[in-house]
Amino acid sequence: MTKYTFTEKKDTRSGFGDGLLELGRKNSNVVGLCADLIGSLKMGDFQKEFPDRFFQIGIAEANMMGIAAGMTIGGKIPFTGTFANFSTGRVYDQIRQSIAYSGKNVKICASHAGLTLGEDGATHQILEDVGMMKMLPGMTVIVPCDYNQTKAATIALGDHVGPAYLRFGRPGWPVFIAADRPFEIGKADTMIEGKDVTIFANGHMVWQAVEAEAILAEKGISVELINIHTIKPLDVDAIIKSVAKTGCAVTCEEHQMNGGLGDSVAQTLSRFHPAPVEMVAVNDSFGESGKPMDLLKKYGLSPENIVSAVEKVMARK
Amino acid sequence: MAELATLKKLPSQIRRDIVRMVHACQSGHPGGSLGCTEFFVALYFEIMKHDKSFQMDGKDEDLFFLSNGHISPVWYSTLARAGYFDVKELATFRQLNTRLQGHPATHEHLPGIRVASGSLGQGLSVAIGAAQTKKLNNDNRLVFTLMGDGEQQEGQVWEAAMYAAHNKIDNLVATIDFNGQQIDGPVDKVLSLYDLKAKWKAFGWEVIESNGNDLEEVIKTLKHAISLTRKGKPVMNLMKTEMGFGVDFMVGTHKWHGIAPNDEQLADALSQLEETVGDY
Repeated sequence: MTKYTFTEKKDTRSGFGDGLLELGRKNSNVVGLCADLIGSLKMGDFQKEFPDRFFQIGIAEANMMGIAAGMTIGGKIPFTGTFANFSTGRVYDQIRQSIAYSGKNVKICASHAGLTLGEDGATHQILEDVGMMKMLPGMTVIVPCDYNQTKAATIALGDHVGPAYLRFGRPGWPVFIAADRPFEIGKADTMIEGKDVTIFANGHMVWQAVEAEAILAEKGISVELINIHTIKPLDVDAIIKSVAKTGCAVTCEEHQMNGGLGDSVAQTLSRFHPAPVEMVAVNDSFGESGKPMDLLKKYGLSPENIVSAVEKVMARK
Repeated sequence: MAELATLKKLPSQIRRDIVRMVHACQSGHPGGSLGCTEFFVALYFEIMKHDKSFQMDGKDEDLFFLSNGHISPVWYSTLARAGYFDVKELATFRQLNTRLQGHPATHEHLPGIRVASGSLGQGLSVAIGAAQTKKLNNDNRLVFTLMGDGEQQEGQVWEAAMYAAHNKIDNLVATIDFNGQQIDGPVDKVLSLYDLKAKWKAFGWEVIESNGNDLEEVIKTLKHAISLTRKGKPVMNLMKTEMGFGVDFMVGTHKWHGIAPNDEQLADALSQLEETVGDY
Protein backbone atom coordinates (compact mmCIF):
# COMPACT_ATOMS: atom_id res chain seq x y z
CA MET A 1 0.00 0.00 0.00
CA THR A 2 1.38 3.41 -0.99
CA LYS A 3 1.71 5.75 1.96
CA TYR A 4 2.52 9.47 1.82
CA THR A 5 4.23 11.22 4.70
CA PHE A 6 6.06 14.46 5.19
CA THR A 7 8.94 15.71 7.26
CA GLU A 8 8.59 19.40 6.50
CA LYS A 9 6.04 21.98 5.48
CA LYS A 10 6.77 24.51 2.76
CA ASP A 11 4.60 26.98 0.90
CA THR A 12 3.75 26.13 -2.70
CA ARG A 13 4.61 29.70 -3.74
CA SER A 14 8.22 28.94 -2.80
CA GLY A 15 8.04 26.02 -5.21
CA PHE A 16 7.13 28.56 -7.88
CA GLY A 17 9.95 30.93 -6.90
CA ASP A 18 12.57 28.17 -6.82
CA GLY A 19 11.24 26.64 -10.04
CA LEU A 20 11.37 30.00 -11.81
CA LEU A 21 14.98 30.52 -10.75
CA GLU A 22 15.99 27.08 -12.00
CA LEU A 23 14.09 27.57 -15.26
CA GLY A 24 15.67 30.99 -15.72
CA ARG A 25 19.10 29.40 -15.59
CA LYS A 26 18.14 26.90 -18.28
CA ASN A 27 16.21 29.16 -20.62
CA SER A 28 17.37 32.71 -21.29
CA ASN A 29 14.04 33.62 -22.91
CA VAL A 30 12.25 33.30 -19.60
CA VAL A 31 11.36 36.72 -18.14
CA GLY A 32 9.63 37.56 -14.87
CA LEU A 33 7.00 40.26 -14.34
CA CYS A 34 5.53 41.20 -11.00
CA ALA A 35 2.93 43.71 -9.81
CA ASP A 36 4.47 44.87 -6.53
CA LEU A 37 4.43 41.48 -4.79
CA ILE A 38 7.96 40.19 -5.31
CA GLY A 39 8.30 38.93 -1.75
CA SER A 40 4.87 37.32 -1.62
CA LEU A 41 5.44 35.57 -4.96
CA LYS A 42 9.00 34.51 -4.00
CA MET A 43 10.37 36.08 -7.19
CA GLY A 44 13.23 37.84 -5.43
CA ASP A 45 15.89 35.27 -6.24
CA PHE A 46 15.04 35.40 -9.93
CA GLN A 47 15.13 39.19 -9.83
CA LYS A 48 18.51 39.17 -8.11
CA GLU A 49 20.11 36.72 -10.52
CA PHE A 50 18.48 38.08 -13.69
CA PRO A 51 17.85 41.80 -13.10
CA ASP A 52 17.68 42.51 -16.84
CA ARG A 53 15.02 39.85 -17.32
CA PHE A 54 12.84 40.97 -14.42
CA PHE A 55 10.21 43.69 -14.72
CA GLN A 56 8.64 45.45 -11.76
CA ILE A 57 5.30 46.60 -13.14
CA GLY A 58 3.90 48.33 -10.08
CA ILE A 59 0.31 47.96 -8.90
CA ALA A 60 -1.06 47.79 -12.43
CA GLU A 61 -2.13 44.26 -13.24
CA ALA A 62 -3.98 45.09 -16.46
CA ASN A 63 -0.84 46.72 -17.81
CA MET A 64 1.19 43.70 -16.70
CA MET A 65 -0.94 41.32 -18.77
CA GLY A 66 -0.66 43.55 -21.84
CA ILE A 67 3.09 43.93 -21.45
CA ALA A 68 3.43 40.17 -21.05
CA ALA A 69 1.47 39.61 -24.27
CA GLY A 70 3.69 42.10 -26.10
CA MET A 71 6.90 40.58 -24.75
CA THR A 72 6.14 37.25 -26.43
CA ILE A 73 6.56 39.01 -29.77
CA GLY A 74 10.26 38.47 -30.30
CA GLY A 75 10.40 35.20 -28.39
CA LYS A 76 10.31 35.94 -24.67
CA ILE A 77 8.39 33.66 -22.29
CA PRO A 78 6.83 35.94 -19.65
CA PHE A 79 5.89 34.57 -16.23
CA THR A 80 3.58 37.07 -14.51
CA GLY A 81 3.30 37.00 -10.74
CA THR A 82 0.63 38.40 -8.47
CA PHE A 83 -2.15 37.13 -6.19
CA ALA A 84 -4.67 34.79 -7.83
CA ASN A 85 -7.44 37.34 -7.46
CA PHE A 86 -5.46 40.01 -9.32
CA SER A 87 -4.17 37.43 -11.82
CA THR A 88 -7.64 36.53 -13.06
CA GLY A 89 -10.77 38.42 -12.05
CA ARG A 90 -9.15 41.82 -12.10
CA VAL A 91 -7.66 41.32 -15.56
CA TYR A 92 -9.99 38.85 -17.22
CA ASP A 93 -10.58 40.90 -20.33
CA GLN A 94 -6.88 41.64 -20.80
CA ILE A 95 -6.13 37.92 -20.56
CA ARG A 96 -9.02 37.05 -22.82
CA GLN A 97 -8.16 39.44 -25.66
CA SER A 98 -4.42 40.10 -25.52
CA ILE A 99 -3.29 36.65 -24.32
CA ALA A 100 -5.82 33.84 -24.87
CA TYR A 101 -7.55 34.96 -28.08
CA SER A 102 -4.20 36.18 -29.40
CA GLY A 103 -2.57 32.82 -28.58
CA LYS A 104 0.33 34.35 -26.63
CA ASN A 105 2.85 32.26 -24.74
CA VAL A 106 2.28 33.90 -21.35
CA LYS A 107 2.42 31.98 -18.07
CA ILE A 108 0.07 33.54 -15.52
CA CYS A 109 1.36 32.51 -12.10
CA ALA A 110 -1.00 33.09 -9.22
CA SER A 111 -0.35 32.84 -5.51
CA HIS A 112 -2.52 33.15 -2.39
CA ALA A 113 -5.40 31.32 -4.05
CA GLY A 114 -8.34 30.00 -2.08
CA LEU A 115 -9.34 30.04 1.57
CA THR A 116 -5.86 29.13 2.84
CA LEU A 117 -4.75 32.68 2.16
CA GLY A 118 -6.21 33.05 5.63
CA GLU A 119 -6.45 36.27 7.60
CA ASP A 120 -6.65 38.70 4.65
CA GLY A 121 -10.21 37.52 4.09
CA ALA A 122 -12.63 37.17 1.21
CA THR A 123 -11.45 40.14 -0.89
CA HIS A 124 -8.27 38.20 -1.57
CA GLN A 125 -9.47 34.59 -1.22
CA ILE A 126 -10.48 33.98 -4.80
CA LEU A 127 -12.49 30.80 -5.27
CA GLU A 128 -13.62 31.41 -8.86
CA ASP A 129 -10.31 31.68 -10.69
CA VAL A 130 -10.06 28.14 -12.01
CA GLY A 131 -13.55 28.38 -13.49
CA MET A 132 -12.79 31.66 -15.23
CA MET A 133 -9.50 30.45 -16.61
CA LYS A 134 -10.62 27.04 -17.79
CA MET A 135 -13.44 28.61 -19.79
CA LEU A 136 -10.96 30.49 -21.98
CA PRO A 137 -10.31 28.57 -25.21
CA GLY A 138 -6.74 27.27 -25.39
CA MET A 139 -5.86 28.11 -21.78
CA THR A 140 -3.94 25.44 -19.84
CA VAL A 141 -4.85 25.37 -16.12
CA ILE A 142 -2.60 23.77 -13.51
CA VAL A 143 -3.15 23.46 -9.75
CA PRO A 144 -0.19 21.63 -8.17
CA CYS A 145 -0.41 20.12 -4.70
CA ASP A 146 2.82 20.83 -2.82
CA TYR A 147 6.17 22.60 -2.99
CA ASN A 148 7.86 19.95 -5.12
CA GLN A 149 5.02 19.66 -7.58
CA THR A 150 4.68 23.43 -7.92
CA LYS A 151 8.39 23.64 -8.68
CA ALA A 152 8.11 20.84 -11.25
CA ALA A 153 5.06 22.46 -12.85
CA THR A 154 6.84 25.82 -13.11
CA ILE A 155 9.81 24.22 -14.82
CA ALA A 156 7.54 22.20 -17.12
CA LEU A 157 5.86 25.41 -18.27
CA GLY A 158 9.15 26.53 -19.81
CA ASP A 159 8.74 23.93 -22.57
CA HIS A 160 4.98 24.35 -22.87
CA VAL A 161 3.82 26.59 -25.72
CA GLY A 162 0.68 28.68 -25.26
CA PRO A 163 -1.16 30.55 -22.53
CA ALA A 164 -1.22 28.88 -19.12
CA TYR A 165 -2.52 29.54 -15.61
CA LEU A 166 -0.57 28.17 -12.65
CA ARG A 167 -2.34 28.39 -9.29
CA PHE A 168 -0.65 27.99 -5.90
CA GLY A 169 -0.95 29.21 -2.35
CA ARG A 170 0.37 30.96 0.68
CA PRO A 171 0.56 28.68 3.74
CA GLY A 172 3.21 26.20 4.73
CA TRP A 173 1.90 22.84 3.53
CA PRO A 174 3.13 19.24 3.81
CA VAL A 175 5.80 18.36 1.25
CA PHE A 176 4.77 14.81 0.39
CA ILE A 177 5.51 14.46 -3.30
CA ALA A 178 9.02 13.16 -4.04
CA ALA A 179 11.18 15.77 -5.74
CA ASP A 180 11.94 13.36 -8.58
CA ARG A 181 8.35 12.23 -9.14
CA PRO A 182 7.55 12.72 -12.85
CA PHE A 183 5.28 15.65 -13.69
CA GLU A 184 3.63 15.92 -17.06
CA ILE A 185 1.19 18.71 -17.96
CA GLY A 186 -2.19 17.16 -18.79
CA LYS A 187 -1.38 13.76 -17.30
CA ALA A 188 -3.21 12.80 -14.12
CA ASP A 189 -1.09 11.31 -11.35
CA THR A 190 -2.52 8.16 -9.76
CA MET A 191 -1.12 8.34 -6.24
CA ILE A 192 -2.95 5.47 -4.58
CA GLU A 193 -4.66 2.57 -6.33
CA GLY A 194 -7.95 1.26 -4.95
CA LYS A 195 -11.25 -0.31 -5.96
CA ASP A 196 -14.20 1.13 -4.02
CA VAL A 197 -14.15 4.85 -4.83
CA THR A 198 -12.02 7.34 -6.75
CA ILE A 199 -11.03 10.59 -5.11
CA PHE A 200 -9.99 13.26 -7.60
CA ALA A 201 -8.20 16.14 -5.90
CA ASN A 202 -5.84 18.98 -6.65
CA GLY A 203 -3.91 21.74 -4.90
CA HIS A 204 -3.84 21.75 -1.13
CA MET A 205 -6.77 19.31 -1.12
CA VAL A 206 -4.57 16.44 -2.27
CA TRP A 207 -3.02 16.31 1.19
CA GLN A 208 -6.48 16.51 2.78
CA ALA A 209 -7.42 13.52 0.60
CA VAL A 210 -4.30 11.62 1.71
CA GLU A 211 -5.43 12.06 5.31
CA ALA A 212 -8.98 11.05 4.42
CA GLU A 213 -7.69 7.92 2.71
CA ALA A 214 -5.98 6.79 5.93
CA ILE A 215 -9.28 7.13 7.83
CA LEU A 216 -11.19 5.29 5.10
CA ALA A 217 -8.60 2.50 4.92
CA GLU A 218 -9.20 1.81 8.62
CA LYS A 219 -12.88 1.50 7.81
CA GLY A 220 -12.01 -1.05 5.16
CA ILE A 221 -12.74 1.22 2.19
CA SER A 222 -10.29 0.95 -0.70
CA VAL A 223 -9.67 4.41 -2.15
CA GLU A 224 -8.09 5.25 -5.47
CA LEU A 225 -6.54 8.72 -5.19
CA ILE A 226 -5.83 10.62 -8.38
CA ASN A 227 -4.18 14.02 -8.44
CA ILE A 228 -5.70 16.06 -11.27
CA HIS A 229 -3.02 18.76 -11.20
CA THR A 230 -3.98 19.80 -14.72
CA ILE A 231 -7.65 20.72 -14.97
CA LYS A 232 -7.23 21.70 -18.59
CA PRO A 233 -6.43 19.84 -20.73
CA LEU A 234 -8.16 17.25 -18.59
CA ASP A 235 -6.90 13.67 -18.53
CA VAL A 236 -10.28 12.26 -19.55
CA ASP A 237 -8.97 8.74 -20.08
CA ALA A 238 -7.58 8.49 -16.56
CA ILE A 239 -10.89 9.65 -15.08
CA ILE A 240 -13.02 7.21 -17.07
CA LYS A 241 -10.63 4.31 -16.52
CA SER A 242 -10.59 4.77 -12.77
CA VAL A 243 -14.35 5.24 -12.34
CA ALA A 244 -15.00 2.26 -14.61
CA LYS A 245 -13.19 0.30 -11.91
CA THR A 246 -14.50 1.99 -8.74
CA GLY A 247 -18.00 2.99 -9.87
CA CYS A 248 -18.15 6.35 -8.07
CA ALA A 249 -16.14 9.52 -7.47
CA VAL A 250 -15.50 12.31 -4.99
CA THR A 251 -13.86 15.54 -6.12
CA CYS A 252 -11.90 17.80 -3.74
CA GLU A 253 -10.78 21.34 -4.44
CA GLU A 254 -10.20 24.67 -2.74
CA HIS A 255 -12.57 26.46 -5.12
CA GLN A 256 -16.23 27.07 -5.74
CA MET A 257 -18.18 23.96 -6.61
CA ASN A 258 -19.32 25.89 -9.68
CA GLY A 259 -16.67 25.95 -12.35
CA GLY A 260 -13.86 23.98 -10.79
CA LEU A 261 -12.41 20.48 -10.83
CA GLY A 262 -15.69 18.89 -9.73
CA ASP A 263 -17.46 20.46 -12.69
CA SER A 264 -14.87 19.11 -15.10
CA VAL A 265 -14.95 15.60 -13.65
CA ALA A 266 -18.76 15.50 -13.49
CA GLN A 267 -19.03 16.75 -17.04
CA THR A 268 -16.64 14.05 -18.21
CA LEU A 269 -18.40 11.27 -16.35
CA SER A 270 -21.93 12.30 -17.34
CA ARG A 271 -20.88 12.33 -20.99
CA PHE A 272 -18.75 9.21 -21.14
CA HIS A 273 -19.33 7.06 -18.06
CA PRO A 274 -22.25 8.09 -15.85
CA ALA A 275 -21.57 7.39 -12.18
CA PRO A 276 -22.41 8.96 -8.80
CA VAL A 277 -20.25 11.98 -7.94
CA GLU A 278 -19.98 13.98 -4.72
CA MET A 279 -18.09 17.25 -4.54
CA VAL A 280 -16.02 18.61 -1.70
CA ALA A 281 -15.75 22.31 -2.56
CA VAL A 282 -16.95 25.71 -1.42
CA ASN A 283 -20.68 25.86 -1.92
CA ASP A 284 -21.56 29.21 -3.53
CA SER A 285 -20.03 31.28 -0.75
CA PHE A 286 -17.33 33.87 -0.15
CA GLY A 287 -14.69 33.12 2.46
CA GLU A 288 -13.68 35.17 5.51
CA SER A 289 -10.72 35.95 7.77
CA GLY A 290 -9.28 33.16 9.86
CA LYS A 291 -6.53 30.56 10.17
CA PRO A 292 -6.16 28.39 7.07
CA MET A 293 -7.02 25.08 8.74
CA ASP A 294 -9.98 26.61 10.60
CA LEU A 295 -11.28 28.00 7.32
CA LEU A 296 -10.96 24.67 5.54
CA LYS A 297 -12.92 23.08 8.36
CA LYS A 298 -15.63 25.74 8.46
CA TYR A 299 -16.16 25.67 4.69
CA GLY A 300 -16.34 21.89 4.47
CA LEU A 301 -12.89 21.09 3.09
CA SER A 302 -11.48 18.94 5.89
CA PRO A 303 -10.47 15.26 5.66
CA GLU A 304 -13.62 14.43 7.65
CA ASN A 305 -15.73 16.11 4.96
CA ILE A 306 -14.04 13.97 2.35
CA VAL A 307 -14.73 10.83 4.40
CA SER A 308 -18.43 11.76 4.62
CA ALA A 309 -18.59 12.44 0.88
CA VAL A 310 -17.04 9.05 0.18
CA GLU A 311 -19.56 7.26 2.38
CA LYS A 312 -22.38 9.17 0.73
CA VAL A 313 -21.26 8.48 -2.82
CA MET A 314 -20.66 4.79 -2.15
CA ALA A 315 -24.20 4.46 -0.85
CA ARG A 316 -25.42 5.84 -4.19
CA LYS A 317 -23.65 3.19 -6.27
CA MET B 1 10.38 54.60 -50.16
CA ALA B 2 7.93 55.68 -52.78
CA GLU B 3 7.76 59.06 -54.50
CA LEU B 4 5.40 61.47 -52.76
CA ALA B 5 3.28 61.71 -55.91
CA THR B 6 2.75 57.94 -55.82
CA LEU B 7 2.00 57.96 -52.09
CA LYS B 8 -0.56 60.70 -52.52
CA LYS B 9 -2.64 58.40 -54.71
CA LEU B 10 -3.17 55.96 -51.88
CA PRO B 11 -5.41 57.73 -49.35
CA SER B 12 -8.23 58.20 -51.83
CA GLN B 13 -8.05 54.55 -52.90
CA ILE B 14 -7.95 53.32 -49.32
CA ARG B 15 -10.93 55.51 -48.47
CA ARG B 16 -12.82 53.88 -51.35
CA ASP B 17 -11.90 50.50 -49.91
CA ILE B 18 -13.12 51.54 -46.47
CA VAL B 19 -16.57 52.70 -47.53
CA ARG B 20 -17.02 49.76 -49.92
CA MET B 21 -16.01 47.22 -47.23
CA VAL B 22 -18.33 48.70 -44.65
CA HIS B 23 -21.15 49.02 -47.18
CA ALA B 24 -20.79 45.41 -48.37
CA CYS B 25 -21.34 43.90 -44.93
CA GLN B 26 -23.52 46.77 -43.67
CA SER B 27 -21.47 47.06 -40.50
CA GLY B 28 -18.13 48.37 -39.28
CA HIS B 29 -16.58 51.69 -38.41
CA PRO B 30 -16.00 54.11 -41.29
CA GLY B 31 -15.53 57.37 -39.36
CA GLY B 32 -12.28 56.74 -37.54
CA SER B 33 -10.95 54.72 -40.46
CA LEU B 34 -11.39 57.62 -42.87
CA GLY B 35 -9.82 60.02 -40.39
CA CYS B 36 -6.66 57.94 -39.97
CA THR B 37 -5.99 57.05 -43.60
CA GLU B 38 -3.02 59.38 -44.07
CA PHE B 39 -1.45 58.03 -40.88
CA PHE B 40 -1.62 54.44 -42.12
CA VAL B 41 -0.28 55.36 -45.56
CA ALA B 42 2.62 57.25 -43.99
CA LEU B 43 3.41 54.41 -41.60
CA TYR B 44 3.31 51.50 -44.04
CA PHE B 45 4.56 53.19 -47.21
CA GLU B 46 7.16 55.61 -45.87
CA ILE B 47 8.04 55.34 -42.19
CA MET B 48 8.27 51.73 -41.06
CA LYS B 49 10.75 49.08 -42.09
CA HIS B 50 8.51 46.06 -42.38
CA ASP B 51 8.25 42.77 -44.23
CA LYS B 52 5.03 41.81 -45.99
CA SER B 53 6.02 38.12 -45.84
CA PHE B 54 5.16 38.54 -42.14
CA GLN B 55 6.79 36.82 -39.22
CA MET B 56 5.02 37.12 -35.89
CA ASP B 57 8.28 37.88 -34.05
CA GLY B 58 9.08 40.78 -36.38
CA LYS B 59 12.80 40.71 -35.58
CA ASP B 60 14.70 43.66 -37.06
CA GLU B 61 11.42 45.17 -38.24
CA ASP B 62 9.43 48.12 -36.98
CA LEU B 63 6.18 46.93 -35.40
CA PHE B 64 2.74 48.51 -35.32
CA PHE B 65 -0.07 47.83 -32.85
CA LEU B 66 -3.57 49.19 -33.36
CA SER B 67 -5.23 49.66 -30.00
CA ASN B 68 -8.54 51.12 -31.25
CA GLY B 69 -9.23 47.97 -33.20
CA HIS B 70 -12.61 49.10 -34.48
CA ILE B 71 -10.90 51.07 -37.24
CA SER B 72 -9.89 47.76 -38.78
CA PRO B 73 -11.09 48.74 -42.30
CA VAL B 74 -8.27 51.26 -42.78
CA TRP B 75 -5.69 48.81 -41.43
CA TYR B 76 -6.88 45.91 -43.58
CA SER B 77 -6.95 48.04 -46.70
CA THR B 78 -3.48 49.41 -45.97
CA LEU B 79 -2.06 45.94 -45.31
CA ALA B 80 -3.57 44.63 -48.54
CA ARG B 81 -2.34 47.60 -50.55
CA ALA B 82 1.12 47.10 -49.00
CA GLY B 83 1.15 43.50 -50.21
CA TYR B 84 0.41 41.52 -47.03
CA PHE B 85 -2.50 39.76 -48.74
CA ASP B 86 -4.55 40.00 -51.93
CA VAL B 87 -6.74 43.10 -52.11
CA LYS B 88 -9.60 40.84 -53.28
CA GLU B 89 -9.76 39.49 -49.73
CA LEU B 90 -11.05 42.90 -48.59
CA ALA B 91 -14.42 41.79 -49.99
CA THR B 92 -14.65 39.19 -47.20
CA PHE B 93 -14.54 41.77 -44.38
CA ARG B 94 -16.82 40.69 -41.50
CA GLN B 95 -18.22 37.73 -43.50
CA LEU B 96 -18.39 34.19 -42.14
CA ASN B 97 -15.04 32.34 -42.36
CA THR B 98 -13.07 35.52 -43.10
CA ARG B 99 -9.58 36.33 -41.88
CA LEU B 100 -10.73 39.97 -41.79
CA GLN B 101 -12.63 39.81 -38.51
CA GLY B 102 -14.73 42.76 -37.36
CA HIS B 103 -11.92 43.66 -35.00
CA PRO B 104 -8.30 42.68 -35.73
CA ALA B 105 -7.30 39.19 -34.59
CA THR B 106 -4.41 36.78 -34.85
CA HIS B 107 -6.71 33.79 -34.52
CA GLU B 108 -7.30 33.43 -38.28
CA HIS B 109 -3.64 34.19 -39.02
CA LEU B 110 -4.15 37.32 -41.08
CA PRO B 111 -0.65 38.54 -42.03
CA GLY B 112 0.24 41.84 -40.40
CA ILE B 113 -1.73 41.42 -37.15
CA ARG B 114 0.25 40.59 -34.00
CA VAL B 115 -2.39 40.86 -31.28
CA ALA B 116 -6.15 41.08 -31.09
CA SER B 117 -7.67 44.46 -30.27
CA GLY B 118 -11.12 45.94 -29.96
CA SER B 119 -11.68 45.90 -26.25
CA LEU B 120 -10.12 49.30 -25.69
CA GLY B 121 -7.16 50.40 -23.63
CA GLN B 122 -4.90 47.40 -24.13
CA GLY B 123 -2.74 48.21 -27.15
CA LEU B 124 -0.30 50.57 -25.48
CA SER B 125 0.61 47.94 -22.89
CA VAL B 126 1.21 45.37 -25.62
CA ALA B 127 3.34 47.85 -27.58
CA ILE B 128 5.41 48.55 -24.47
CA GLY B 129 5.98 44.82 -23.99
CA ALA B 130 7.09 44.42 -27.60
CA ALA B 131 9.41 47.43 -27.21
CA GLN B 132 10.96 45.89 -24.11
CA THR B 133 11.60 42.64 -25.94
CA LYS B 134 13.27 44.58 -28.76
CA LYS B 135 15.61 46.08 -26.18
CA LEU B 136 16.36 42.66 -24.67
CA ASN B 137 17.08 41.29 -28.15
CA ASN B 138 19.30 44.26 -29.08
CA ASP B 139 16.90 44.91 -31.94
CA ASN B 140 17.18 48.58 -32.87
CA ARG B 141 13.91 48.94 -34.71
CA LEU B 142 10.96 50.84 -33.24
CA VAL B 143 7.43 50.10 -32.07
CA PHE B 144 4.48 52.24 -33.16
CA THR B 145 0.97 52.24 -31.80
CA LEU B 146 -2.28 54.12 -32.37
CA MET B 147 -5.05 54.76 -29.84
CA GLY B 148 -8.32 56.64 -29.97
CA ASP B 149 -9.00 59.79 -27.97
CA GLY B 150 -12.16 58.35 -26.44
CA GLU B 151 -9.97 55.39 -25.49
CA GLN B 152 -8.09 57.69 -23.13
CA GLN B 153 -11.01 57.15 -20.76
CA GLU B 154 -9.76 53.60 -20.12
CA GLY B 155 -7.69 53.33 -16.94
CA GLN B 156 -5.21 50.87 -18.39
CA VAL B 157 -3.93 53.57 -20.75
CA TRP B 158 -2.66 55.52 -17.76
CA GLU B 159 -1.12 52.47 -16.12
CA ALA B 160 0.82 52.00 -19.34
CA ALA B 161 1.66 55.71 -19.57
CA MET B 162 3.18 55.69 -16.10
CA TYR B 163 5.13 52.50 -16.72
CA ALA B 164 6.63 53.56 -20.07
CA ALA B 165 8.03 56.80 -18.71
CA HIS B 166 9.38 55.26 -15.50
CA ASN B 167 11.11 52.52 -17.45
CA LYS B 168 12.38 54.81 -20.22
CA ILE B 169 10.68 52.92 -23.05
CA ASP B 170 12.23 55.24 -25.62
CA ASN B 171 11.92 52.97 -28.66
CA LEU B 172 8.20 53.60 -28.81
CA VAL B 173 6.14 56.15 -30.75
CA ALA B 174 2.50 56.27 -29.71
CA THR B 175 -0.12 58.30 -31.55
CA ILE B 176 -3.57 59.36 -30.44
CA ASP B 177 -6.22 59.88 -33.10
CA PHE B 178 -7.47 63.14 -31.64
CA ASN B 179 -10.74 63.58 -33.53
CA GLY B 180 -12.81 64.68 -30.56
CA GLN B 181 -15.58 62.15 -31.22
CA GLN B 182 -16.72 58.91 -29.66
CA ILE B 183 -19.80 56.73 -30.14
CA ASP B 184 -22.16 58.67 -27.90
CA GLY B 185 -21.06 62.12 -29.01
CA PRO B 186 -18.22 64.64 -28.75
CA VAL B 187 -15.57 63.48 -26.27
CA ASP B 188 -15.89 66.75 -24.36
CA LYS B 189 -19.56 66.02 -23.74
CA VAL B 190 -19.19 62.31 -22.91
CA LEU B 191 -16.21 62.57 -20.57
CA SER B 192 -13.79 65.42 -21.02
CA LEU B 193 -10.08 64.72 -21.42
CA TYR B 194 -9.26 68.30 -20.42
CA ASP B 195 -5.67 69.13 -21.38
CA LEU B 196 -4.48 65.89 -22.93
CA LYS B 197 -1.09 67.34 -23.86
CA ALA B 198 -0.45 68.44 -20.30
CA LYS B 199 -1.52 65.05 -19.02
CA TRP B 200 0.90 63.10 -21.17
CA LYS B 201 3.67 65.57 -20.39
CA ALA B 202 2.93 65.21 -16.69
CA PHE B 203 3.20 61.46 -17.08
CA GLY B 204 6.76 61.96 -18.34
CA TRP B 205 6.34 61.59 -22.07
CA GLU B 206 7.82 63.65 -24.91
CA VAL B 207 4.70 65.09 -26.53
CA ILE B 208 4.27 66.52 -30.01
CA GLU B 209 1.14 67.80 -31.73
CA SER B 210 0.28 67.40 -35.37
CA ASN B 211 -2.34 67.45 -38.09
CA GLY B 212 -3.25 63.95 -39.22
CA ASN B 213 -5.10 64.66 -42.46
CA ASP B 214 -2.20 66.09 -44.46
CA LEU B 215 0.00 63.27 -45.74
CA GLU B 216 3.16 65.34 -46.02
CA GLU B 217 2.70 66.66 -42.52
CA VAL B 218 2.04 63.19 -41.11
CA ILE B 219 5.25 61.89 -42.69
CA LYS B 220 7.18 64.88 -41.40
CA THR B 221 5.67 64.47 -37.94
CA LEU B 222 6.49 60.79 -37.69
CA LYS B 223 10.07 61.44 -38.84
CA HIS B 224 10.33 64.10 -36.17
CA ALA B 225 8.88 61.67 -33.62
CA ILE B 226 11.51 59.10 -34.61
CA SER B 227 14.22 61.71 -34.09
CA LEU B 228 12.97 62.05 -30.50
CA THR B 229 13.31 58.33 -29.73
CA ARG B 230 16.27 56.85 -27.82
CA LYS B 231 16.52 59.89 -25.60
CA GLY B 232 15.13 58.30 -22.47
CA LYS B 233 11.46 59.10 -22.99
CA PRO B 234 8.55 57.49 -24.78
CA VAL B 235 7.12 59.71 -27.53
CA MET B 236 3.48 60.72 -27.87
CA ASN B 237 2.07 62.21 -31.07
CA LEU B 238 -1.25 63.95 -30.45
CA MET B 239 -2.65 63.86 -33.95
CA LYS B 240 -5.64 66.02 -34.77
CA THR B 241 -7.86 64.42 -37.37
CA GLU B 242 -11.38 64.80 -38.64
CA MET B 243 -13.55 61.74 -38.21
CA GLY B 244 -14.95 60.79 -41.62
CA PHE B 245 -12.38 62.89 -43.52
CA GLY B 246 -12.76 62.74 -47.31
CA VAL B 247 -16.51 62.16 -47.44
CA ASP B 248 -18.44 65.40 -46.98
CA PHE B 249 -21.50 63.95 -45.27
CA MET B 250 -19.44 61.85 -42.87
CA VAL B 251 -16.88 64.42 -41.79
CA GLY B 252 -16.62 65.85 -38.30
CA THR B 253 -19.42 63.95 -36.60
CA HIS B 254 -19.68 60.98 -34.29
CA LYS B 255 -22.73 59.82 -36.24
CA TRP B 256 -20.56 57.86 -38.68
CA HIS B 257 -18.44 56.27 -35.98
CA GLY B 258 -19.98 52.85 -36.39
CA ILE B 259 -22.66 52.73 -39.07
CA ALA B 260 -22.58 51.73 -42.73
CA PRO B 261 -23.68 53.80 -45.73
CA ASN B 262 -26.66 52.65 -47.79
CA ASP B 263 -26.44 52.25 -51.59
CA GLU B 264 -27.07 55.91 -52.34
CA GLN B 265 -24.70 57.12 -49.69
CA LEU B 266 -22.05 54.76 -50.99
CA ALA B 267 -22.45 56.16 -54.51
CA ASP B 268 -22.23 59.69 -53.10
CA ALA B 269 -19.08 58.83 -51.12
CA LEU B 270 -17.39 57.11 -54.04
CA SER B 271 -18.12 60.10 -56.27
CA GLN B 272 -15.98 62.14 -53.88
CA LEU B 273 -13.09 59.65 -53.80
CA GLU B 274 -10.98 59.11 -56.90
CA GLU B 275 -10.16 55.54 -57.91
CA THR B 276 -6.41 55.89 -58.26
CA VAL B 277 -4.78 52.47 -58.23
CA GLY B 278 -7.83 50.27 -58.85
CA ASP B 279 -10.71 49.02 -56.72
CA TYR B 280 -10.49 45.51 -55.31
